[in-house]
Amino acid sequence: MDKVMSNKWVIALYVLPSLLIIMGIIYIPIVLTGYYGLMEWDGVSAMTFIGLENYTTLFNDSAFWSSVSHSFLFAVLSTVSLGVYLLVALVLSGNIKGANLLRKIYLIPMLLSSVAIAQLWLKIYHPTNGILNSALESLGIQDPPAWLAEPSLVLYALFVPILWQFAGFYILIYYAALKNIPTTLIEAARIDGATPWQIAFKIKLPLIAEVFKVTIVLAVVGSLKYFDLIYVMTDGGPNGASEVMASYMYHKAFRGFDFGYGSAIGFFLLIICLVATWIIRRMTASKDNIQYS
Amino acid sequence: MSTLNSVTTVKQPAVGRSAAGTRIGYGLLYLVLLIAAVAQILPLVWLFLFSLKNNQEVFNLPPFSLPASPKWENYVTVWQQGSIGRYFMNSVSITLISVVLTILLASFVTFAITRMRWKLSAVVLGLFMIGLMIPVHSTLIPLFILFQKLGMTDSHSSIILSYTAFNLPITIMILLGFYYTLPREVEEAAVMDGCSVNRIFFQIILPMTSSVLVTAAIINMIYNWNEFIFVNTFISTDTLKTLTVGVQNFVGQYTTDWGAIGATLMISILPILIMFMVLSNRIVEGIAAGSVKG
Repeated sequence: MDKVMSNKWVIALYVLPSLLIIMGIIYIPIVLTGYYGLMEWDGVSAMTFIGLENYTTLFNDSAFWSSVSHSFLFAVLSTVSLGVYLLVALVLSGNIKGANLLRKIYLIPMLLSSVAIAQLWLKIYHPTNGILNSALESLGIQDPPAWLAEPSLVLYALFVPILWQFAGFYILIYYAALKNIPTTLIEAARIDGATPWQIAFKIKLPLIAEVFKVTIVLAVVGSLKYFDLIYVMTDGGPNGASEVMASYMYHKAFRGFDFGYGSAIGFFLLIICLVATWIIRRMTASKDNIQYS
Repeated sequence: MSTLNSVTTVKQPAVGRSAAGTRIGYGLLYLVLLIAAVAQILPLVWLFLFSLKNNQEVFNLPPFSLPASPKWENYVTVWQQGSIGRYFMNSVSITLISVVLTILLASFVTFAITRMRWKLSAVVLGLFMIGLMIPVHSTLIPLFILFQKLGMTDSHSSIILSYTAFNLPITIMILLGFYYTLPREVEEAAVMDGCSVNRIFFQIILPMTSSVLVTAAIINMIYNWNEFIFVNTFISTDTLKTLTVGVQNFVGQYTTDWGAIGATLMISILPILIMFMVLSNRIVEGIAAGSVKG
């Protein structure tokens, strides 16, 4: 048995192809991003080593920092909205009629491509014929704003389709976790005279705390690297008002042909995502993990 | 004991009121849930309606009205004029090849990690799991340069390789849980009978995992079908683009023709919507299982 199941040739045959693929497509490029970040390079002619110059430029680049702040605004908004999703999931998991259908309906936008969602919401926000402004006008509001052209509104206007896209995903995760709680536990609490609110906040929520922590990481890291929808809807505009880290990197590299600087931004994005994951994990780590079987 | 008693006696009279209160509360909550469901669906209904209108009808009729005669010809026009059919076939072939490749490779790796004995298995598993945390954008520039040097930009092979690499970690993660639950006796008996590892994998284990493979395949399909940035960066020839990216360019040409844009978007989302109607339980299960990739 042991001899057959530890055959080195078979293991190599099974594992090496995949390992080579992730090395070539994920890990080597990550190292190269760090390396290119130390170069001045337009992607075509020879590279020049300039040390940390890209990073000092990055540090003083106010356009970059405003893109960072926009990414973090999305991260904060997404994290806050998790609370709402959790409430919806709590209600949904409480033996409500049609809960299964409802959670499927919530999920539909998540299955669509960000491009299709972005194109659809461009139409919704269309200043004159969009459904939003026609609705506002029929309610008697004169001159509703051109949502995506207002620097002060554009980030919030972009957040709505993001919310629309991912709400069902988080609700589904929470719903699945809540349904996993053994009913005997809830029954015992009910017999002891716990109110529905007490059951929800004192029993159910602590039991799905682990899942909640995972979703915070997902929401934050997902927001920090958010790209597609913004690229299609505003392309960072108007005048950089909705630029985020990934779109800034894309513009510098593939429009400005500054591959060295673009790589420095890409490397910074990687570091920020890893550090954010680590910090959230540390902050939410608890010594007394509640377990049940 | 006395406090317990007093609590119950104080509570008794309140039960009637609180039950009614709870019912009203639940009614309100239910209403909120329904409104949320409508909010999720309404934009798509509106999209469908304006895909059947001409500009005059879009601008002059109320948004949720039906046009006098539905302009199904919008669909015919966009299908005939652009390369939508081409994009569609590209999306189908790229998605299918990537999914089959990813599922097969991930099964090999998961089998080797969970069923076979070797020293570095934990390290290798770690490498795949760390891959879950790497943002695609941080690899984009070197990948573009790499594929350019290998002459692979503007070909589907660069896209398929990228999809496979970035979906392997999540697929392995979904498979792992299932592989751990398979009883060891299965291979023990097979080894006794003189089975080779290859036969154990292909003829015994792989068929046993078919249900989780379907779940993993669905997740892979949704991600690949909707992927944007790789295709947008690596592919420049129009006829090689996928539906997601092609639609983006195509819509750009029709900025003022709402019906055509609506029809294009409907065509691009219809396959996923149909798949969802047929396989919704599987998809829900798959997304819950693969929730680590946001």
